[in-house]
Amino acid sequence: MLRQIEGSRAVAETVALCRPEVVCAYPISPQTHIIEAIGAMVKSGALTPCEFINVESEFAAMSVSIGASATGARSYTATASQGLLFMIEAVYNAAGLGLPIVMTLANRAIGAPINIWNDHSDAMAVRDSGWIQLFAETNQEAADLHVQAFRLAEELSLPVMVCMDGFILTHAVERVELPDQAEVDAFLPSYEPRQVLDPDDPVSIGAMVGPEAFEEVRYLAHLRQLDALERIPTLAAAFDEAFGRQSGGLLHPYRTEGAETIVVALGSVLGTIKDAVDARRDAGERVGVVGITAFRPFPREAVRGALSGTHRVVVVEKAFSIGYGGVLSTDVAMATHDSDCTLRTVVGGLGGRPITRDSLEEVLAAAARDELDPLTFLDLEIEIVQRERGRMTSTRRSGPSAENILRDLGTVASRIG
Amino acid sequence: MFQVRIHGRGGQGVVAAAEILSVAAFVEGRHAQAFPSFGSERMGAPVVSFCRIDDRPIRTHEPVMEPDALIVQDVTLIHQVDLFAGLPSDAYVLVNTSRSFDELGLGEFARRFHRDHLLTCPATELALEHLGRPLPNAALLGGFAALTGRISLDAIDTAVRQRFTGAVGEDNVAAVRAAYRYVTLEEDEMVDASTD
Repeated sequence: MLRQIEGSRAVAETVALCRPEVVCAYPISPQTHIIEAIGAMVKSGALTPCEFINVESEFAAMSVSIGASATGARSYTATASQGLLFMIEAVYNAAGLGLPIVMTLANRAIGAPINIWNDHSDAMAVRDSGWIQLFAETNQEAADLHVQAFRLAEELSLPVMVCMDGFILTHAVERVELPDQAEVDAFLPSYEPRQVLDPDDPVSIGAMVGPEAFEEVRYLAHLRQLDALERIPTLAAAFDEAFGRQSGGLLHPYRTEGAETIVVALGSVLGTIKDAVDARRDAGERVGVVGITAFRPFPREAVRGALSGTHRVVVVEKAFSIGYGGVLSTDVAMATHDSDCTLRTVVGGLGGRPITRDSLEEVLAAAARDELDPLTFLDLEIEIVQRERGRMTSTRRSGPSAENILRDLGTVASRIG
Repeated sequence: MFQVRIHGRGGQGVVAAAEILSVAAFVEGRHAQAFPSFGSERMGAPVVSFCRIDDRPIRTHEPVMEPDALIVQDVTLIHQVDLFAGLPSDAYVLVNTSRSFDELGLGEFARRFHRDHLLTCPATELALEHLGRPLPNAALLGGFAALTGRISLDAIDTAVRQRFTGAVGEDNVAAVRAAYRYVTLEEDEMVDASTD
């Protein structure tokens, strides 16, 4: 049914249609509305049978999810930012144990300085954990990806993280076509665990593995992620067949035919980028965009194919590796290493700073003139940084930088509203 | 694309107003996107919400920087927040107050805009009358429909009833209609005044 609905609510209702048997989560902005809505559905009996377990922390939330999944229950959780970091040991365990938990990550920056707004630092912090990471471009895709995520996770016995931009998607009220129960039931078979803790047929899960086999177990995990590269497009095609719309898959190219410059990005910023691309195309520039949905496993071959023939690749990303540069762009560089295109990294949208179409068009114009630096920080106010650098040079006890910078801006605390 | 910015304080239904407006546009078969200013909302603090309406799918997720219309739910924000930032001179402005722009000290400012695009509406009084509570958000949407002609009164009614069921819904619809009538009469007077 087509609804005008908040992104969080659309995800909560879709997750409920997937019939999770255990939901365990700890609230954190901007994930809260999802969990509140699912909690209310469990309490009212709208989602049954399902147990909603309140816990005291994110570490407990993921640990309970692991326990529930190991007993054969379809398990779901959601978190963001510091919450993800707090559960990170258990996040690795869920993947290492091969438990098909589905988790929504309402992407948010990581402190310090504390910041509740959107960027992709949290997802990037766990990119090597062994979870499949899918990024939603729209709230429609966020909802749809959850249906695919449960099937993918359970087919492969791997946990799947659906990443959706915090606030920008979670709190936006937009059109979303929500499936009905019969459609989801037809697409998502009941969970048949590959391993299960069953008193009638006891096994132990979580053996200590020494140097004699650790590399083999890890390599197997790698191969199973590569299996996901095959399954993700197949499931997206099956989803299209069943629901009549395209969601998911490895990546989404847009106006890349004959493009001299192609932008690569993850998540909701792709919508704004598409508007910028249309404007530049209207002005006669040959530009396109490739949105990457599957970040882990990284679809190296598909990315290479989508970017073949272009002269310039501009990776726009909402996270970076401090002391190095782009994260996504490093992966894109590996995918295009045998091509002679130039690769530029644009870091933007950190801690919720808006990425505007105007700024994106300036980036595209600079790229077309071959004047874009290898690493650009979008809309960076360098004077503010230089002022604090000056203070640090002239005074030993220059004090806390974040507070100094806010004071320079005339702000007592970060402005809200 | 038509873009609306709504200012108010936490607890006044600022976020709900943008949502209801987006649902009204959806009811009319149009595309709409409503979202709050992202932050830690709390009672009494300045809050901003936005609504985009278009006949095509809305892909952008950038903030609304140059709104086509502004709704001010709480007139005390005038000296606290840059309410009119980014407003083009043909923008619509609807302010919840029983006073005039001149009485608010905004007479000079108001003359920079199209005269028939700026109105005040005593939405809190109308809400008190019809709901018994000082919640001006729904009423202002009725005023907005009358002022801009960008959304039908019926669609606002439907969206308000979706948000508030039962008697609360009907009371809100009554406030919506009262504000719609108020603004329509004000506009008629303005037309009469200019033809005199």
